[in-house]
Amino acid sequence: MLSCKEVSLLLSKACDQDLPWRQRLAVRLHLLYCRGCTQFEKHLQVLRAVARRFAQSDDQAGMATLSTTARNRIRAALQRD
Amino acid sequence: MNDAHGKLSDPATWLDQHGDSLYRFALLRVRNPTTAEDLVQETLLAAWRAKENFAGQATERTWLIAILKNKLIDHFRRNSRETPLPDIADTDDAIDALFAEHTDHWAHPPTAWSRPDDALEQAEFWRVFQDCLAGLPARQAQVFTLTEVDGLSTEELCKALAAQPSNVWVMLHRARLRLRECLEQRWFGATAENR
Repeated sequence: MLSCKEVSLLLSKACDQDLPWRQRLAVRLHLLYCRGCTQFEKHLQVLRAVARRFAQSDDQAGMATLSTTARNRIRAALQRD
Repeated sequence: MNDAHGKLSDPATWLDQHGDSLYRFALLRVRNPTTAEDLVQETLLAAWRAKENFAGQATERTWLIAILKNKLIDHFRRNSRETPLPDIADTDDAIDALFAEHTDHWAHPPTAWSRPDDALEQAEFWRVFQDCLAGLPARQAQVFTLTEVDGLSTEELCKALAAQPSNVWVMLHRARLRLRECLEQRWFGATAENR
């Protein structure tokens, strides 16, 4: 019997590659009676959807901006080139 | 100046118009302001040298971001040669705390999230998400961002970070567990009570 800790790792792994059928079966059996892991599997899908949407958004690291010093240094480097 | 006609403006204008976007994109992935600034500079220089390759189909920004992505991969490769990814610890206290001590079942089982699609439309949710992402240990955040946001395969990721697949999976898993926990505490759990 797999623990939730093991199943959660396998569910996470399954986001990125196909699991061997024995593991897939063991996970499915566990999910039949485990509500926590069933939710976890759904949440992994939400995380993926969130990340995909985030990829399209324009302000990814919040409101961080280039400092004036950095901007001037880059401008100077561009002019040298 | 005008993307519409597929013409490129000059690097100084790129810096004015897209500098901050490029910087944020880089900062999220390297988590170091100086490195992120250097990457913006490298990107603009590389873009200028390769300006003939601009096809005019993408917008300037999309084109610049694509160049920045390559610069980021180069950066990770260089970095992992200099400081290889350490073998990750077998135990991670924060992760262990999510599971009951002897059974390894959930200490607090994940609960149903109501209407996750709605969350994506709310500015406040994105602030929470960015906070949660910023709260991850640096390596976990990096692995999560490269996989889920940038869509790198495990194979590409292992190559870029010079890491073993088993390490990458464990790190990704820990990142997802932490992010999930953070979103449940700060958004999905909290809003369910408030509504």
